Amino acid sequence: MPTLSIEELSRTFPGVRGGPPTRAIEPTSLRVADNDFLCLLGPSGCGKSTLLRMVAGLDHPTTGRVLLDGEPVAGPGADRGMVFQSYTLFPWLTVEENIGFGLREQGRAAAERRRIAAHYIERVGLQGFERHYPRMLSGGMQQRTALARALANDPKVLLLDEPFGALDNQTRALMQELLLGIWEADRKTVLFVTHDIDEAIFMANRVAVMTARPGRVKSDIAIDLPHPRHYTVKTSPEFSAYKARLTEEIRIESIRAVEMGA
Amino acid sequence: MLKPLVPVSRAAKIALGVAFFALFFLVWCAATLGGFVNRTFLADPITMLSSGWTLLVVHGFYEDIGVTVWRVFGGFAIASAFGVPLGMLMGAYKPIEAFFEPFISFARYLPASAFIPLLILWAGIGEAQKLMVIVIGCFFQIVLMVAVTVGSTRRDLVEAAYTLGARAGGIVRRVLVPSSAPDIAETLRLVLGWAWTYVIVAELIGASSGIGHMITDSQALLDTGQIIFGIVVIGVIGLVSDYLFKMVNRRLFPWSLA
Repeated sequence: MPTLSIEELSRTFPGVRGGPPTRAIEPTSLRVADNDFLCLLGPSGCGKSTLLRMVAGLDHPTTGRVLLDGEPVAGPGADRGMVFQSYTLFPWLTVEENIGFGLREQGRAAAERRRIAAHYIERVGLQGFERHYPRMLSGGMQQRTALARALANDPKVLLLDEPFGALDNQTRALMQELLLGIWEADRKTVLFVTHDIDEAIFMANRVAVMTARPGRVKSDIAIDLPHPRHYTVKTSPEFSAYKARLTEEIRIESIRAVEMGA
Repeated sequence: MLKPLVPVSRAAKIALGVAFFALFFLVWCAATLGGFVNRTFLADPITMLSSGWTLLVVHGFYEDIGVTVWRVFGGFAIASAFGVPLGMLMGAYKPIEAFFEPFISFARYLPASAFIPLLILWAGIGEAQKLMVIVIGCFFQIVLMVAVTVGSTRRDLVEAAYTLGARAGGIVRRVLVPSSAPDIAETLRLVLGWAWTYVIVAELIGASSGIGHMITDSQALLDTGQIIFGIVVIGVIGLVSDYLFKMVNRRLFPWSLA
């Protein structure tokens, strides 16, 4: 039984200053099964973030619907945790309080919030930074906190919108290993948006490639690399084969995107 | 030499700040004691200080100071107590903003001092009238500035809170309010400065106590020393309260410091 089901979802943005409306996403269907780690891969401007925002309930589809365990999504909720590309920690709360934010909204007691926060602080390796404010943290640490904050709510689905996009390469690789390790241990259902082919192959067990705008899913490729994955898998022949194939798929779309002036 | 935006050391900052006060004082001394300005129109620093001493010791001027301070903080407190919550509601809920905003934008331009004759008719020349001048002068400004601050809360923080399960009430109380608190505190610091202007204007007309009243009395006596002393007292109190306000803000919102 699929956890998350996207049915004929499309999004058209109204025209700016009397201009023609922009079709961001063609009607698209996608199923994310329980425990799937699905990467949505596409050139920039293809509408992959818009798709994710509609799953989160932060944007409304023009047509179609999103079902979570058979229930239609009407708005944002704690069952779909999200990590954004921009740094969205609450600057007035400490790391520990940020991670406990969702629990507090649920009305959980302070002691329980602290206990759960401590668990996730350990999972993302931020021991010793519990009382730090976000402005005192590096970008990588802020995104680790944001990940812990989303996980602390124990969501059914974890949505990630290029969460490591603003980080440097080394930090980025470590964050990928961290997230993959958490997924291998907890088997959360994950929907991860990225334009980075290596990132997609390394973490996902399925990669859905999107076309240039208006976006739709054009191919859905299973990544059969064994778990647990070590970072050395990135230099294996199997990895290279996937990379060659996805590079080809994405290249065509990137060229189309450039020709359209995106 | 001078490079844009390069910070200055703490010692140099204090020295420079004090230096301008000293320069100002020297120019004043030179103009008055040097005989370049008629003493009837501008008292020299020594006369000013001796007039001030007489005011404090003989005429009980400290009572006037106390009355004025009480009025400023009373009027400011009333304006804040109503203005901040209304501004927050307007910033958070757009229909409420659409309802009040045009009227408050209009009312904001009504000069508080122009209400004084009307307020005297309504409330006499007692304390209520003095407080009302300050409340009118501060309330509308506070409402609008707080509404803008709350309304410009980072949308990505609001969205993040929604995805963490927050509902409307939680968004207002645990995102909009804390994220705009430092800017609201800055707004209040600014408006407190304006309250000092309004109180003196209120005391110039129909008052029997306060710093403004003393200044009008001194005008009748052509005592520019007393007038200047009154003005300096206001400046010093303003400087001290501003500094205290800044310190409290820094204590309350350590997370917002760059």
